[in-house]
Amino acid sequence: MFRTSYTLAPMTTMSVASPTAESVDGPSVQWKHRCLLGLQELSAEELRTLLKTAAGFAEVSGRSVKKVPALRGKVVANLFFEDSTRTRLSFTLAAQRLSADVIDLTSSGSSVSKGESTVDTARNVEAMGVDALVVRHKSSGAPGLVAAGVKCSVINAGDGKHEHPTQGLLDIYTLAEANGRLETFDLTGLRVAIVGDVVSSRVARSNIAGLTKLGAKVVCIGPGTLAPKSMETLGCTVDDDLEAVLPTVDAVNMLRIQFERHSEGAAKAGGGEAVRASPAFPSTREYSRGYALTAERARLLKPGAIIMHPGPMNRGIEIADEVADGPKSVILRQVTNGLAVRMAALYLCVSGSEAR
Amino acid sequence: MKLIADESQVEKLLDALAADIRKGTNDPGKLAFIGIRRRGDVVAAKLAERLGVTDVGSIDITLYRDDLSETGAAARVGKTSIPFDVAGREIVLCDDVLMTGRSVMAALREILDFGRPSRLRLAVLVERPEREIPIQPEHSALKLEPGPGEKVDVRLMPQDEMNRITINPRE
Repeated sequence: MFRTSYTLAPMTTMSVASPTAESVDGPSVQWKHRCLLGLQELSAEELRTLLKTAAGFAEVSGRSVKKVPALRGKVVANLFFEDSTRTRLSFTLAAQRLSADVIDLTSSGSSVSKGESTVDTARNVEAMGVDALVVRHKSSGAPGLVAAGVKCSVINAGDGKHEHPTQGLLDIYTLAEANGRLETFDLTGLRVAIVGDVVSSRVARSNIAGLTKLGAKVVCIGPGTLAPKSMETLGCTVDDDLEAVLPTVDAVNMLRIQFERHSEGAAKAGGGEAVRASPAFPSTREYSRGYALTAERARLLKPGAIIMHPGPMNRGIEIADEVADGPKSVILRQVTNGLAVRMAALYLCVSGSEAR
Repeated sequence: MKLIADESQVEKLLDALAADIRKGTNDPGKLAFIGIRRRGDVVAAKLAERLGVTDVGSIDITLYRDDLSETGAAARVGKTSIPFDVAGREIVLCDDVLMTGRSVMAALREILDFGRPSRLRLAVLVERPEREIPIQPEHSALKLEPGPGEKVDVRLMPQDEMNRITINPRE
């Protein structure tokens, strides 16, 4: 019943006008992890797998139906034991764009305030049939403890001063995007300055780990109390002269001063009001004089250099309004890219763990 | 290895397929091609070129596969790129070989997430009989029925180094 429907006769060869095809396709190595706890433990190729997967997801947000069915029927639970707006919303939206169901737990108004341990809370949530836990905690290592206590996937959404892997990935993605390296995620030759409260920053630690593995150079800048020389053991250099470094970098990542991590007691005493004082420097004005990215300092940057900030910004302290909203700023691009990166992390960890 | 179509015969098949598509088109101004990666996108580009159509997209169906949760380790996600609005267009979905119909189903679901085309057709270079889903092509250049233990191998430039269709023993 089946036969060739066209007669084939030998003909002289013709030249074929070739359509352009992309030379680089999907990720090169298979993802094998159930959890994403940090960038320090990943290889350069694993980082590229995550980032290239994110590049495949970036386009979903532009569709009429902003959803793909990849995690249909899966459940993602947000366990945020520390405040967050952007990261939690971003993970929620990322999970929803993969067609997963999302449940939310915040520490206030839950059994956490009755003294239940973090791992017990996680185990109980997992027992309800959850496929991934997105965990934020004020203690470094808490998501790792949770991961050891459950069988489902765990994504670290920021733990203490340890790591914030998806923020590190979205910063790397944004840097690669600005420099036309979305095909390879090879950052060789690029130099990134991380400025400010480096010592308190999980964002800095994830950035340093990821950027250096992909070939970039990282310099941390701040007063000795916030950017101590000992940070150099992480594979970066440390400097205290912002104006000298700015003309040499392709990107500057302005960190928020994390007043709440400098003096936990003072923050509590301050009640509802956010405390803007720190034992790490004499006054915020003095800090700003040395390390804020002002409009004049931003002019020292190379043409094409980008300005990043993980948010939330202390406008007027570490970054000036006109810089944050200026043409070199990619701060909102970071937020957009964060969605694709989180989709990739959820997709790879959840669908990759089914084989195990 | 059984040679089914060499370089020039592949070109003839594409010519015939393009002519068949043109004949069945209601409004040539609305015509656009979308190919299933990888090789369906090459078929789409070659057909579009023959018909003078500039709107060509390619889709990666990984996330729409119905066996995604059975494939083991996370399947690799490639890029979907449809650089035009599909709404109201006459879309021709292209693939190199139609067999079970499952990739076509996944591709249809994905295209519909981009908008509502006025018409969707399926064009394939090679049609095989082993359907698992009721999907049939409007246009096919070649019908082949390889024996058990055989597979159809389509090579298309520039994805491959040559244009060729063969039937090979399955490894």
